[in-house]
Amino acid sequence: MNMLTEAAVEKAVDQKMNTIPYKMIGQDVSVYYGEKRALFDVKLNIRENTVTALIGPSGCGKSTFLRSLNRMNDTIDGCRVTGKITLDGEDIYDPDIDVVELRARVGMVFQKPNPFPKTIYENVAYGPRIHGLAKSKADMDQIVEHSLQRAGLWNEVKDRVHEAGTGLSGGQQQRLCIARAVAVSPEVILMDEPCSALDPIATAKVEELIHELRENYTIVIVTHSMQQAARVSQRTAMFHLGNLVEENDTDKMFTNPDDPRTQDYIMGRFG
Amino acid sequence: MTDIVSPGQGVVVSKAPERRDIGLKRRYAAERRFRIYGIAAISFGLIFLAVLLTSVVSKGYTAFLQTAITLPIEFSEKTIDPNNKRATDPSVLIAANYSVLIRDAMVKTLNLNASSRPEVRDATAMISKGAPIQLRDMVVADPSLIGRTVNITLLADANVDSANKGQIDLKVDEKNRKVNDRQVGWMNQLAETGALHKKFNTGLFVNGNSSRPEAAGLGVALVGSLYLMLIVLVLSLPIGVAASIYLEEFAPKNKLTDLIEVNINNLAAVPSIVYGLLGLAVFINFAGLPRSASLVGGLVLTLMTLPTIIIATRAALRAVPPSIRSAALGLGASKMQMVFHHVLPLAMPGILTGTIIGLAHALGETAPLLLIGMVAFVANAPATPMEPSTALPVQVYMWANEAERAFVERTSGAIIVLLLFLILMNLGAILLRRRFERRW
Repeated sequence: MNMLTEAAVEKAVDQKMNTIPYKMIGQDVSVYYGEKRALFDVKLNIRENTVTALIGPSGCGKSTFLRSLNRMNDTIDGCRVTGKITLDGEDIYDPDIDVVELRARVGMVFQKPNPFPKTIYENVAYGPRIHGLAKSKADMDQIVEHSLQRAGLWNEVKDRVHEAGTGLSGGQQQRLCIARAVAVSPEVILMDEPCSALDPIATAKVEELIHELRENYTIVIVTHSMQQAARVSQRTAMFHLGNLVEENDTDKMFTNPDDPRTQDYIMGRFG
Repeated sequence: MTDIVSPGQGVVVSKAPERRDIGLKRRYAAERRFRIYGIAAISFGLIFLAVLLTSVVSKGYTAFLQTAITLPIEFSEKTIDPNNKRATDPSVLIAANYSVLIRDAMVKTLNLNASSRPEVRDATAMISKGAPIQLRDMVVADPSLIGRTVNITLLADANVDSANKGQIDLKVDEKNRKVNDRQVGWMNQLAETGALHKKFNTGLFVNGNSSRPEAAGLGVALVGSLYLMLIVLVLSLPIGVAASIYLEEFAPKNKLTDLIEVNINNLAAVPSIVYGLLGLAVFINFAGLPRSASLVGGLVLTLMTLPTIIIATRAALRAVPPSIRSAALGLGASKMQMVFHHVLPLAMPGILTGTIIGLAHALGETAPLLLIGMVAFVANAPATPMEPSTALPVQVYMWANEAERAFVERTSGAIIVLLLFLILMNLGAILLRRRFERRW
């Protein structure tokens, strides 16, 4: 019954979707790894304060697209991006844009939880510290507490924030990574299969968290799980063989997709 | 378990198909054989290690003890300063004939016939030829000794030392050995009164080189090796780590960096003597640095150690999981911050281990030092790295070339000291690794 009302609310949100401004715009984005082309002229826009799910079979280019949104592809040798991606209308591949600043605005959570081998506190405090976001120790304490609360981890770890972050369970580690990303106050959070290494209970917690984070952040999530995409996202984009097949409201995507390939993939006929 | 093998009534159990021959016996035999090879290989190595250590220790441990003879020396004014001029001319004390004091003390202690020259010569030969200098230094330091009789412990001659340690076979004909029967008799006589005894050989660690084995020590070599290690550490660690970080984290991967990588790996395999020649040509002949100086030795060993440190550091950097790099970059850390805040601390145990192994290698290196002249006979400890010096392995090499019997034990003793330092360094490497090691 609660589910129903929630679904109803989401529906209402979805109907307002068209009025939501675009946070990031991708125009004819192509990515090459050396000679190999991984993405073919993808046009995909990311709406503000919305969860956009990227789905598709393995090797379809969804992670590649995600990583080009905060230029993590730059770290891969021989990787080249063409086309245009904007954040608030600014081209993020413009030579004037500093990649360090971009990544402070577009945070990332990775597939495998990757906390630093430091204390929980240090994990969260690292980002604010390098960007000079805290003026004092008290400031930093507040940022850390706030970020851990945002990530729904505070109650579990408040008595042991000075213990190793690597000592947490897998699900807690992933939420710690989310807290770490949140601590820099990014505008966009990219999540690359954040639940693929987690058990169902931890997954549920992270999904709930994504739900809450949507209020303040624009979220792009890559997932292999159709159910997850359906549960957490308002917009879904389907990739296949480096092409964007379809992008639509999640509800429509899972009930009445425009493209037969989407239908086949969602039904489990390939992928 | 019994539940499984005895099912309840009326339960039908499936029939096992005929067993296939899947070569289990052969596979297990192969595994057993391999284990035996492995154990054999390890035992082989351990046996040789045991033989090496036993041989070195059994030959060398006696070098840490030294035979000394305590004699009542009468500092007679008649011998030292017959004209009583020491108040105005202190050089009298330096020029005095202190051998006479020793001769007189021997004659008195052993009740010798002072007029029989061969007898007196044999007796004084039992005392080290360095003893008069020891007495001279005592008198110069404290002239009030003159006129008093004091019991003083003097080093025994190397041959007496060897005989006392049982290293000279006394059954051999008297003419063919370094200690004659008369001296052996006196040795026993002195030993009975406790005048002749063994004491810990501090001189081995303090003295410089000497042609008299009983006075020869590793002092200069220890100081020289210390300078070498400091120079190698100070130069090769920062240079090596900086080079590795640049190559591993910042440099683009292209033909040029590939070429550099191949060259570094090849440099690690270049025979050390070639580095010696290089050092001779560049540092001594071209740059004009002093010959035999530990500075030059340190520079040469730095060149030799660099490839080792670079290879170890790069391996350690590469072993840091890429996820840590992504995490740092994803938060907006610059490349430099990523390296120095996350990658380097995690690579530290590997870097330190590589460095200490490189240093240990350098500590035991002899060939390049021979070529740059660190094989010199140096009696006084160098005050600076610019002064002539030797190093521990070179001292071993030099003593191994000496003819005297007493140098055999000293060679082994020096090897023990060298091995101890190597063990200490390796222990340090293990402790450091434990301390810095973190799991992720």
